[in-house]
Amino acid sequence: MSATQFAALLPLNTLGHYLHWHFIQISVANFVVIVLMVVTFVIALVAPFPGRRRRKENQ
Amino acid sequence: MSYTDIERQWTTRLRRRFVHLLPPEKLLPDTQPTYVSSWIYVFGVTTLAALVVVIASGSLLAIRGPQWWHTSSVGHFANSLHLWSVEIFFFAMVIHLWGKYFMAAWRGGRALTWMTGVVTFLTSIGAAFTGYVSQTNFDSQWISTQAKDGINATGAGAYFNVLDMGQMLMWHIVLLPLAAVVLTGLHVLLVRVKGVVPPFDEPAKVNA
Repeated sequence: MSATQFAALLPLNTLGHYLHWHFIQISVANFVVIVLMVVTFVIALVAPFPGRRRRKENQ
Repeated sequence: MSYTDIERQWTTRLRRRFVHLLPPEKLLPDTQPTYVSSWIYVFGVTTLAALVVVIASGSLLAIRGPQWWHTSSVGHFANSLHLWSVEIFFFAMVIHLWGKYFMAAWRGGRALTWMTGVVTFLTSIGAAFTGYVSQTNFDSQWISTQAKDGINATGAGAYFNVLDMGQMLMWHIVLLPLAAVVLTGLHVLLVRVKGVVPPFDEPAKVNA
């Protein structure tokens, strides 16, 4: 796949899309990043950390 | 030089003070407490790693100047590295901030660690904004003309002119990165001095 074909999959040179809710206006891109941060934060809290059990057993 | 003279030297006193405050085994510890083995603790070091790439890719861009990336595919690649490392930097820093906020990481005499983190965050936002207006394209022109109204409303426009490409570039590549790196270094040293904040059911006070 050429670079041009690859770039055509996700065109970034178009106008931005926005979400409106009352006085709140946010671009879809920014909204997606915030959702991803919240999801990553929650996963970081609940996902098991490698070697944690072994470390506890050693103590 | 007598023993007393050596004892009174400012270099001797400063070294002793540093070693007392931050002995080598505390500066580069072999182990960490068990509670640190959680994914929420990796975002601080992710931010640090991203900062290294931000500075390295920015230095690469500085070699050929701010317009290089418009005309060279290598320059464009360096610019993309700079952009995406900044994205990761802020992504990880915000999660690090949320984690530390809910841990109340200022407990146990760690207020200065928290405050240096906050100031580093604000400095980084300034570095990002001056980066937006240093892109040398229509996007930066649009952003700077919008920003000047906001800055002028504060009265700071006479000293901090967002339409002045030279001034903005200097703030972006010298003053703000210098402040961010120095503050980050201070923040990390304070974490080493005071230790990582423990969970709420453990005593928060550090034995420093």
